Amino acid sequence: MAKRSAPEVNAGSMADIAFLLLIFFLVTTTIETDSGISRKLPQWQPEDVEPPVIKQRNIFTVLVNSNNQLLVEDEEMELSELREAAVEFLDNGAGTGDEACSFCQGAKDPNSSVNPQKAIISLVNNRGTEYGTYIAVQNELVAAYNQLRDREAQRMYGMTFTQMEKNYNDPNYNGDKDALKEKIDVITDMIPQKLSEAEPTS
Amino acid sequence: MSKFKKKKSGDLPAISTASLPDIVFMLLFFFMVATVMRQNTLMVENKLPFADQVEKLDKKDLIMYIYAGKPSPRYQSKYGTEARIQLNDKFASVEEVQQFIYSERESKREELIPYLTTALKVDEETNMGLVSDIKQELRKAEALKINYTTVVGDAMQNVE
Repeated sequence: MAKRSAPEVNAGSMADIAFLLLIFFLVTTTIETDSGISRKLPQWQPEDVEPPVIKQRNIFTVLVNSNNQLLVEDEEMELSELREAAVEFLDNGAGTGDEACSFCQGAKDPNSSVNPQKAIISLVNNRGTEYGTYIAVQNELVAAYNQLRDREAQRMYGMTFTQMEKNYNDPNYNGDKDALKEKIDVITDMIPQKLSEAEPTS
Repeated sequence: MSKFKKKKSGDLPAISTASLPDIVFMLLFFFMVATVMRQNTLMVENKLPFADQVEKLDKKDLIMYIYAGKPSPRYQSKYGTEARIQLNDKFASVEEVQQFIYSERESKREELIPYLTTALKVDEETNMGLVSDIKQELRKAEALKINYTTVVGDAMQNVE
């Protein structure tokens, strides 16, 4: 018996399939954008300027040594506990009279900060500290601020601070941006990020 | 007389290649879309640390990149294994950072200068000494907005 020839495959729809795939990838691929922790450096100052005097109770010192170990308020600490400790310090609210903190839920320890506006976190690292550890510490401290801001924003406006910022930076957000900006400003005034970095020890 | 048509000879018909251009174009478009152009060839190791409290860096044209880390293996014989700074396509010393910032500013439109951000892409094993030196130089050059570029992830992974 003679061999049967295979019928020719119709290739007309191939282009459609190709375009379908192309459009699928077009829609699903996102171009990578960089992200990171944004900081503002202090102005360059001549060295003879006296630093302002700040009460010891309002400073939360975080020291990182060259072995990447943490010393927080003169006590050794694991990185995983840092966030909790920073929140406790910021949220302490031991102030009275003018310095009283109306929204703090902390322990009101007389040896800790008076209110979040006065509280300063001081970060000192060694020249030998690894960059990865430094970023982790920065991350935990920013997280502590964000945790408090989220809590207050949730209480006052029923929306977390992170969500508010996300909406504000979203070009497709169709709410009132000016009102949102005002709310964000209120929260940042209540809990300003006061993170001071000293010159590294060598 | 046979009822059936006589079969043609047994060889297979040629596969149509009409759709080949489509496939090629599809691939081309895909790569065009998915590719991120890297302005600088990296000469240093650049394993970024993890962090989760991050902000996105939009507007690529307003960012100045400073890389730092150990020289890549193929440069190690020449430059050693001590962490170094890379500006544009070459290694630089700490003093050159200021000059770099000024020349970057020069190339931007005047009204955009206040929005310029410096992205520090530093390898996670670099010592803070070098990073602090860069920061001091940036302060002198009044490039105060910086961003520590990180990979989104749990920061605890940095310590392990």
